[in-house]
Amino acid sequence: MAKNIKKLLRAKGFKVMMIGLWRDNPVFCMLLGICSGLAVTNKVENAIAMGAGVTFVLIFTALTISALRNFIPARVRIITYMIAIASFVIIVDRFLQAFYPVIREAIGPYVGLIITNCIIMGRAEAFASKNKITHSMMDGLGVGLGYSYTLVIIAIVRESLGFGTILGFRVMPDGWTNWVMMAMAPGAFFVLSIYLWITRTIAGVESKE
Amino acid sequence: MGNLLTIFIAAVFTHNIALTYLLGMCPFIALSKSFKTAFGMGIAVIFVVTLTAAINWPIYHLILVPAGCELIYYIVFIIVIAASVQLVEMIMEKFFVVLQASFGIFLPLITVNCTVLAVSLFMVLRSYSYLATIVFAFGSAVGWMLAILIVAAINEKLRLVSDIPKGLRGPGIIMIIAGIIALAFLGFGGMVRIQ
Repeated sequence: MAKNIKKLLRAKGFKVMMIGLWRDNPVFCMLLGICSGLAVTNKVENAIAMGAGVTFVLIFTALTISALRNFIPARVRIITYMIAIASFVIIVDRFLQAFYPVIREAIGPYVGLIITNCIIMGRAEAFASKNKITHSMMDGLGVGLGYSYTLVIIAIVRESLGFGTILGFRVMPDGWTNWVMMAMAPGAFFVLSIYLWITRTIAGVESKE
Repeated sequence: MGNLLTIFIAAVFTHNIALTYLLGMCPFIALSKSFKTAFGMGIAVIFVVTLTAAINWPIYHLILVPAGCELIYYIVFIIVIAASVQLVEMIMEKFFVVLQASFGIFLPLITVNCTVLAVSLFMVLRSYSYLATIVFAFGSAVGWMLAILIVAAINEKLRLVSDIPKGLRGPGIIMIIAGIIALAFLGFGGMVRIQ
């Protein structure tokens, strides 16, 4: 058993996944996917739905692109990626509409905007178009999870301050006055910038200026 | 007419696409380091957004809806957008070489600029008429440009005079500036009302 776990830890696929989780985390290192990251993090459930949607699209786009990587002509590759991504986003959109209509209502157009989430395009171009199917899928999973936990952290801060709840459960004391600003756009900017400040200081990322 | 003006004002100020809907943030952060680049990008966005919305509306209402396949509108919209970006790029290469040089790799990124797709999606969601769509698209793009110009101008001055903490440099501080500007834009709230 222990031997198996060790073997798993040493496998390349696993390493690829861990890189996505921390060192190449899409949000705070590569600064991708900020739009949806800011817009859907006012409630934790929206952030989870968005994270899951993006992860799903990432994994299956990676699978498609990686499987077809030797057949896609370089000249039209971007539009091919776009079509692959858009198809999977339609699946996510339909799924949410069928099973979680309330969340679909809340994050509305942002589901469609997964298509223009630069993370997916970036990974397709930088990783999936050059690597084996399994590694590409693990990369998609790692980056997707890295993206999701970032969204959830930001959403926890914003929902608890803005609504006094987390996932609908009351966490703040009764005397708490909702900090409405946190649920609105400026709050998103402030929380994300503070989050960037903290994580970039810990990870030692320097921006080139 | 009054209705169109309302839509325009709402798109620029009260429902600013960058500061209220938080869209188009990737180029926003990448390009708001210099005022000049921000200006060029803003013009390009205005052009592409208005153009794509003007093309997408007839495609959606005259082809997709009668044919009963609204389902695939994501794919159709994104293809239209990618094609128009290609067009703008070709025009720029030919006539505005300097501008092209200062954009570097960011022009192709307009394709993945959420503003462009978002405007087309909002157009469907709010079922605007053709004229309203064009006014809304133009207004949204102008609003986006306004926001990026304000932030870029502040950022440019700020970097000269202040000692920003290490981890906050670059994107972090841009985000804080944008947050403060978004607060200021909240002051426009209640000026006009749209659904």
